[in-house]
Amino acid sequence: MTDLTRKTADELARSLASKEVSSVEVTQALVDRIGAVDGQIHAFLHVDAEGALATAADVDARRANGEQLSYLAGVPIAVKDVLATKGLPTTCGSKMLDGWIPPYDATVTAKIKAAGLPILGKTNMDEFAMGSSTEHSAYGPTHNPWDTTRIPGGSGGGSAAAVAAFEAPLAIGTDTGGSIRQPGALTGTVGVKPTYGGVSRYGLVAMASSLDQAGPVTRTVLDAALLHELIAGHDPMDSTSIPDAVPAVVAAARRADVKGLRIGIVKELGGEGFQPGVEARFNEAVELLTSAGAEVVEVSIPSLKYALGAYYLVMPSEASSNLAKFDAMRYGVRVPPAGVDDPSAEQVMASSRDAGFGDEVKRRIILGTYALSSGYYDAYYGSAQKVRTVLSRDFTAAFAGVDLLVSPTSPTTAYPLGDKLDDPLAMYLGDVATIPANLIGIPGLSLPVGLADEDDLPVGLQFLAPQKADDRLYNAAAALERLLEDKWGGTLLSRAPELEVAR
Amino acid sequence: MTTETLVPFDEALTRYDPVMGLEIHIELNTATKMFCGCPTEFGAEPNTQVCPVCLALPGALPVVNAKAVESAIRMGLALNCEIAEWCRFARKNYFYPDMPKNFQTSQYDEPIAFDGWVDVEVDGETFRIEIERAHMEDDTGKALHVGGSTGRIHGADFSLVDYNRAGIPLIEIVTRTIEVPPEKAPAVARAYVSYVRDLIGGLGVSDVRMDQGSLRADVNLSLKPKGSTVLGTRSETKNVNSFRSVERAVRFEISRHAGILDAGGKVVQETRHFQEDTGTTLPGREKSDADDYRYFPEPDLAPVSPSREWVEELRATLPEPPAVRRARLQADWGFSDLDMRDTIGAGALDLIVATVEAGTTPQAAKKWWLGEMARRANESGHDIDALGITPEQVAEIQGLIDAGRINDKLARSVFDGVIAGEGTAEEVVVARKLEVVSDDGALGAAVDRAIEGDPDAAQKIRGGNLGVAGALIGAVMKEMRGQADAGRVRELILEKLS
Repeated sequence: MTDLTRKTADELARSLASKEVSSVEVTQALVDRIGAVDGQIHAFLHVDAEGALATAADVDARRANGEQLSYLAGVPIAVKDVLATKGLPTTCGSKMLDGWIPPYDATVTAKIKAAGLPILGKTNMDEFAMGSSTEHSAYGPTHNPWDTTRIPGGSGGGSAAAVAAFEAPLAIGTDTGGSIRQPGALTGTVGVKPTYGGVSRYGLVAMASSLDQAGPVTRTVLDAALLHELIAGHDPMDSTSIPDAVPAVVAAARRADVKGLRIGIVKELGGEGFQPGVEARFNEAVELLTSAGAEVVEVSIPSLKYALGAYYLVMPSEASSNLAKFDAMRYGVRVPPAGVDDPSAEQVMASSRDAGFGDEVKRRIILGTYALSSGYYDAYYGSAQKVRTVLSRDFTAAFAGVDLLVSPTSPTTAYPLGDKLDDPLAMYLGDVATIPANLIGIPGLSLPVGLADEDDLPVGLQFLAPQKADDRLYNAAAALERLLEDKWGGTLLSRAPELEVAR
Repeated sequence: MTTETLVPFDEALTRYDPVMGLEIHIELNTATKMFCGCPTEFGAEPNTQVCPVCLALPGALPVVNAKAVESAIRMGLALNCEIAEWCRFARKNYFYPDMPKNFQTSQYDEPIAFDGWVDVEVDGETFRIEIERAHMEDDTGKALHVGGSTGRIHGADFSLVDYNRAGIPLIEIVTRTIEVPPEKAPAVARAYVSYVRDLIGGLGVSDVRMDQGSLRADVNLSLKPKGSTVLGTRSETKNVNSFRSVERAVRFEISRHAGILDAGGKVVQETRHFQEDTGTTLPGREKSDADDYRYFPEPDLAPVSPSREWVEELRATLPEPPAVRRARLQADWGFSDLDMRDTIGAGALDLIVATVEAGTTPQAAKKWWLGEMARRANESGHDIDALGITPEQVAEIQGLIDAGRINDKLARSVFDGVIAGEGTAEEVVVARKLEVVSDDGALGAAVDRAIEGDPDAAQKIRGGNLGVAGALIGAVMKEMRGQADAGRVRELILEKLS
């Protein structure tokens, strides 16, 4: 019998449709796989085998009855623990929400449930999505399936690792500054941040409202497109949701043709600070695109040098306000101050926030509170917003000449656990290539393009497209994926070391 | 707490000029909350009108209530404001246990309406109040402090929070500094709040009930020494629950500030709570210029950009401006200028309108509202519309008078009964046995006894001096405890003595 855990979501969907396999079989295989390997990976914070199998059985029964089902019905999925799931714990990787079970579903969750995808569980993440390594989870780090002594990237390390370790064919991530794409690059998986407003944020516990976006985490470009199409679309519950029709991403992924496309290499996103092995794989991939008929040019966007600074002002500012609601009054942990009789509500709020939040969260709340303070607002938050306007203008100008932009997704491959934990600035610098897309709301996709020579670890290439042109990403990425797999004679993940299977 | 020395109002004004501004919060009567679909009905069981959005559960997002924006624009237009072509919400960040998000979604430097004015009248004189802005925001929850003697947070055993109010749409109307002769400040403040109540009430966008908190007025006041241009430190008085209290709060704060300044002290910048029973204010939350709300544009909400066409459509829905309406009503009713001034001063304009609509003549409606009801309002300290009697009930009672079933004097007793909740006017008349007696048998016997009891008067009437008939009528009325049909009594007397 073939190993169901190795199948792509598209393969599973077809096997399910033809009744070669049942959703219960697929789900059980994945639940078993999670039981076997997640002790080493720690991709999941919560596994809901019972709920997933119940959904699977329900889908199987409906299929047997001849009901018209969604294409992905019965294909299991993992959901990042930052999305509200009714009846399932949602901690955001924080002690603050330990034990909180939402009474409502995020719109993304509701769409997944409505389409009949069994939810395997909730995946690990940096606390409130703040971090680039998943080491800031209050429940312990996730390990990279390629080398379990290394980080899987972050904040969505859990979703990426779950998919890379064949614990799930599909996962949902969220991306505020690269939290889908960078873990994708570091684990050899596909990650897409859709256009801002393309996927509803209702029920996504906000870090930075103007930057957050949920998206697919998968092993293939087509799978990402299938999941993208399922979760995207206008939501009246999210005022920033785009009312337009969802771009035809699945059709684009099936088209996979770069002939005649103009692709721009972003000059500023390379060179100093970028690992040689990363640049080598990136350059080879670009050559493949050229060989397939794309016209590749170099593009300069000088204002990019302000992007990282602007991001680390906007993000903490919004986060400091978004996280104010965690005050121990209505939900979450309540820790009374030690040695205080009859504490006031204010004292309980302060001590609970002190106990419930980790250091990275506190660091960003403090930064953001400072940046928004009267007298500093114009210099910090105000200037950062101006940078977004300038960046947006410069990218629009760049896209006037090219269909897509490309860069390495992350300057480096996965680094060892603990390596940058005490150096937040070094960790922040790893986001340099991914954050511009969040600042200006454009879509981005990370595709695995090989292993770096120095460490045999995955390298990601990032495609960027104009707002609402998410389909361009899928077309080009699917083409490059095919060229690479032809060259390699298989998928990149098939070259990942086998994980030890626990009993 | 130190006892404050108060300087009498008139004396305070010999040395200081008040600098006054008013903030009015209006709760809109939209069916749903500002940013979610929860109902807004007043008085529901605590925490039954809540959802993930207004409880600020993790992940929930706000969506602007279009009806609230419409109400805000109509209100802005009625206040003669400009309407922003593009504006945003902003987050006002501060921690408070009854505020679910720990920020209020308000507007900061981009209000929906700005630069307006209204003219209010006090003692026949018109004063222009300039409106700086009117902006949209959401209300907080409501904390109830249990235990302790004051019902306030200090000394309470525990506190409960009702989030039904959290997210109710509010419009805050902020005046510029109100420039009026100092001695007029308290009356102008009252007249302004009363005027805004009528104006907004006329739009139908709010219940504008001060007693239920759907209209809340805050008085910002400071004093500056006469001739000085340096502004003093201001206090912000909240909890002002009636028009009368607005006036009293201004007077009290002027006296209090003057007392502090005379003694060489410093006024503390703080929130004060008006005390209805004593007419004084007590300190609340201390504020300072260091309070930093870290305002920034609300990233979860799209900007609001009302089209000019829509604004003009809404302008066309505005009711007739108050000054025009008053002139029309005065002509319709045949009131003198003085009648009209008294009517407005008593806050009785809409009450008389409604009473007339219910079938009473304007003169009779005026008689009751400016006489009996104004007296009762004055004695009880309530606003005239909060006495527990409606224009419809007044009209019903006048109807009973017109039908000859009761008289004006008996009507007062009917009012007592209706206000005391004894039922409809009809029921009160029956229960209290107030109906006038016009039965000739009973009246005739009483008239006979009156004639017997006062032969002198009877003699004079027989001699053609009808002027003394009143003495006999009075005697009959006395015997019948006021419940005789006076007209019929007169007729009977004249018949018997002709």
